[in-house]
Amino acid sequence: MPANQPSYVRRALTEPEPPPVALGGGFTFIRSHLFDTPFNGALTILTGVIVALVVWPAVKFLFIDAVWEGTSRLDCLPQTIGREVGACWPFIKAKLPQLMYGFYPEPERWRVDLTYALGATLLIPLLIPRLPYKGANAVLFFGLFPLVGFFLLVGGTLGLSHVETRAWGGLLVTLVISFTGIICSLPLGIMLALGRRSTLPIMRTMSVAFIEIWRGVPLITVLFFATYMLPFFLPGNWKIDGLLRVLIGVVLFAAAYMAEVVRGGLQAIPRGQFEAAMALGLGYWRMNGLVILPQALRLVIPGIVNSFISLFKDTSLVLIVSIFDLLGQLRAAFADPSWATPVTLFTGFAFAGMIYFLGSFGMSRYALSMERRLNRAEAR
Amino acid sequence: MAEDDQIGDRQAQAPQGGRGAHTGDNAVAIEIAGLNKWFGVFHVLRDIDLEVMRGERIVICGPSGSGKSTLLRCINRLEDWQRGRVIVEGVELSADIKKIHDVRREVGMVFQQFNLFPHLTVLDNCTLAPIWVRNMPKREAEAIARHHLARVRIPEQADKYPAQLSGGQQQRVAIARALCMQPKIMLFDEPTSALDPEMIKEVLDTMVGLALDGMTMLVVSHEMGFARQVANRIILMDAGQIIEMNEPQAFFNHPRHERTKLFLGQILR
Repeated sequence: MPANQPSYVRRALTEPEPPPVALGGGFTFIRSHLFDTPFNGALTILTGVIVALVVWPAVKFLFIDAVWEGTSRLDCLPQTIGREVGACWPFIKAKLPQLMYGFYPEPERWRVDLTYALGATLLIPLLIPRLPYKGANAVLFFGLFPLVGFFLLVGGTLGLSHVETRAWGGLLVTLVISFTGIICSLPLGIMLALGRRSTLPIMRTMSVAFIEIWRGVPLITVLFFATYMLPFFLPGNWKIDGLLRVLIGVVLFAAAYMAEVVRGGLQAIPRGQFEAAMALGLGYWRMNGLVILPQALRLVIPGIVNSFISLFKDTSLVLIVSIFDLLGQLRAAFADPSWATPVTLFTGFAFAGMIYFLGSFGMSRYALSMERRLNRAEAR
Repeated sequence: MAEDDQIGDRQAQAPQGGRGAHTGDNAVAIEIAGLNKWFGVFHVLRDIDLEVMRGERIVICGPSGSGKSTLLRCINRLEDWQRGRVIVEGVELSADIKKIHDVRREVGMVFQQFNLFPHLTVLDNCTLAPIWVRNMPKREAEAIARHHLARVRIPEQADKYPAQLSGGQQQRVAIARALCMQPKIMLFDEPTSALDPEMIKEVLDTMVGLALDGMTMLVVSHEMGFARQVANRIILMDAGQIIEMNEPQAFFNHPRHERTKLFLGQILR
């Protein structure tokens, strides 16, 4: 080795070292992340003030000043109880059956509960990744459960009395529409997305036309048309149940959006994946089902969940065609003079908001954990 | 375990024996006649005539854009064409999807970018087509897959995902995946062009092994060492035409065409 070798050339290879231990504790973290520049410091303080301004009154209204026990509006009036009044929870308690079931006949409500219980029993093991028999579980949940649920809720057979869908309402209707919309719009959307990318001109044109027409029309118009105009076009005495008409409208509407989300995923798959699948002799359906869609759908999980969440909340639009979902029943409950107080409106919307939030946040969190799990498996 | 190995061996030996028997006779594996293809107005393949015998190894080289990959992709109809005929193992390719599938089942292909399925493990990549195209029972497909993974010398990677492997390993998996369909013909489309120099050799060694086993191979490649070692014929393409076709010795030592001399001068510095 020459004596004049520059110092930046290694004379011997070194062993890997452990990473340096992070320095400093909580105080250093706050300094370096929240107050590292005057501008960031000001932003931190401003954010703190806003949070305090929003969070404190909310907590005060919902919990501290809230009335928890009571039987009528008098218990929620500042004049009668002599203090500031927050949320009037007795109102929700009194109206809960109506908010949950609508006008579903009281002696038959066990059927709704049983449907919920059945759905939960099948859904929860499906959502927990490490439990076995996913295939059978999925068949039961997506195939059998809707059928059983339909017979339980509608009745008319096996000694169950018939309950007209007009009588359905509240959270029941919200969940029925969301569930049907979610499990029908995804497969339909996938077919439309594949159709739009098809090389067959008729398939492509029809898919494009379907997607663009349904996307181009507001959901309210769709619901209105399905409810009030469609009967004029149907022959003679042919009648379709009101809720069913709305369900079909919602499913087709959601499918058009879903199709574009899925198409985004399909477009992100490199050509080589299609070519490799074709070169192995896989036909169109197997190529898409085994190779392309598993990758494409994974890429668009955020978009799919986005659609699901917006569908879940858009169900409240069915109010305009006289179907009383959770929000519809809530409005009906507001009209009850025996619960008229200054806080009734806020209490009701706070309650409905929490239910929608729980559903949406739950979907969002679950999708996130699923994404993480799928990515972890394949990461380096 | 022992039982699995036996299945693998039995499966692997039967087709090899069969192929060995075919190498001697002069059966035609691929026949291409008067093939013409245009991309829009660009005439990418011009009057290609080529006959490939069973067990023959052909290396196709040429400048980029000369149509060599396109020619290869016509053989399993990843590309269609406007004029001419391609007959593979007695099946004439046309728009008939059934015939296309018949041919693709018998023709394996290895791509420049590997094109492994990233959402499946190495083993599932290898068993997918045998199970779904050949309707093979899962156990049998896995035994064959493990055999071929051992053959390309990565049996221990079976349960990993493609992203966890090096480029050379991925390309060897791609070769194993194609072999699992027990193809009669293997097409290689620049199999080493996307690899780091250190990994090229491991892939080429695998391909040499395959050639020694008597596989019918068409290889688009600029690896002239490989061509010299295993090719029966080397083809030079330029501007959509076959301008030189010869045995390796003659191809390298006595190129007939000026273009070939120029090309060899460029890549054999």
